[in-house]
Amino acid sequence: MRDHTGSMEDDLLLPLSIEGLRLEVEGQLLLDGIDLTLASRDITVVMGANGAGKSLFLRVLHGLVEPGSGRISWAGRPNSAATRHAQAMVFQKPVLLRRSVAANIDFVLRARGGPNPRRRDALLSHVGLLSQARQPARALSGGEQQRLAVARALATDPSVLMMDEPTASLDPASTASIEAIVLGARDAGTKVIFVTHDIGQARRIADEVVFLHRGRVAEHARAEQFFAEPSSEAARAYLAGRLLL
Amino acid sequence: MQDFAEAFLLAFGLLASADADLIEIVGLSLYVSLSATAVACAIGLPAGAALAVTRFRGRGALLVFVNSLMGLPPVVVGLIVYLMLSRAGPLGVLGLLYTPTAMIIAQTILITPIVIALSRQVLEDLHAEYAEQFRSLSIGPVDATRALLWDGRFALLTVALAGFGRAVAEVGAVIVVGGNIDHLTRVMTTAIALETAKGNLALALALGIVLLVIALGINAVVLSVRQTASSQTHA
Repeated sequence: MRDHTGSMEDDLLLPLSIEGLRLEVEGQLLLDGIDLTLASRDITVVMGANGAGKSLFLRVLHGLVEPGSGRISWAGRPNSAATRHAQAMVFQKPVLLRRSVAANIDFVLRARGGPNPRRRDALLSHVGLLSQARQPARALSGGEQQRLAVARALATDPSVLMMDEPTASLDPASTASIEAIVLGARDAGTKVIFVTHDIGQARRIADEVVFLHRGRVAEHARAEQFFAEPSSEAARAYLAGRLLL
Repeated sequence: MQDFAEAFLLAFGLLASADADLIEIVGLSLYVSLSATAVACAIGLPAGAALAVTRFRGRGALLVFVNSLMGLPPVVVGLIVYLMLSRAGPLGVLGLLYTPTAMIIAQTILITPIVIALSRQVLEDLHAEYAEQFRSLSIGPVDATRALLWDGRFALLTVALAGFGRAVAEVGAVIVVGGNIDHLTRVMTTAIALETAKGNLALALALGIVLLVIALGINAVVLSVRQTASSQTHA
């Protein structure tokens, strides 16, 4: 959906540099000194076992949670309302407004400069919901609701699209549909940071993988390299299906 | 018991005959209380939404203050409005004392805190659900407030009903500022008070039954609208 020819927003956000990111909650260290640089406009999959800190990491990147210490910079700029304005996030459980499918998109478009029925219809068509535009959003199935949430995120024309296990509770058909949309967004030039604990999904969509273990980056590698020859013991154990304790 | 039986018959007779005096009193009651509810909602709903969305120093104290205003004694409100509108008062020049407008003002003051406090609670719960999504989408406080008011519209109908219920059943404030003048400021509750004072208990009770039927009718209509609309939007 993006006209992606290297806009100012991209220059504003990439590379994403994270230095010494730590977050402690009630005496428990949840993010433990994360250092990472993401520079390419592709799909970075953040993987790890439950409790590794994946979702929290994403929320901190998006500015929804303040880190305890460390530095996040988007092309040299700290997290701010301006950097968040150029990002969008899709949550595991979509929170849709109590109004029609079309009105959910209109709400975002209106907040971002004004109603635009043509763009709204294009977005709904892109996610396969145009025929349900007038239905109440909350009457959609789980997969359809998540597709609407993705369309709403894309309505902000984000440079960086963050997705927190968006297919965790969806059936295979809905998962395939979301994955196709994500790949399409990547191909249109949007940077995607996608959290999942589904190894099969990571194999299908990842260009690079960040593997978190106990709040630390255990491994950061291109996808093919990560799946062929994981360098960390934690990643090897995870990919082999062993329990990470 | 005889009074009750007589009252029911009388109430039925008044309703069946569409008694002109009764219709005038009921009409004025509805006009005053619905107007006060409309004004209180126009003030109270945005204020409640703003309190639900914003965080500022002293917010807790303000909430305690607003909540405590829900228990304002109607007679005290009536007295304050009387002092403001009386000829010697700061707004005496407007000549509003003993008019329906004065009664609307008094009832508005009485129910606005109710609308603010209840809508704040309803919308704060809704905001808790939406807040992270709004923040992610960079939705500003004005757009967020509008969205909460719209998405919470069915729950807010109940808030408006609570305000209307308090207004239409209130007697102390309207009798002080309205004066219970026949064909001018006489409403259901003040008429009931007058007939009771005159010892005409059956008529007073009949008027009470009519008032109750009106309140039940309005509640039933609003509830029906709310259920139909919310089922259509799966709110």
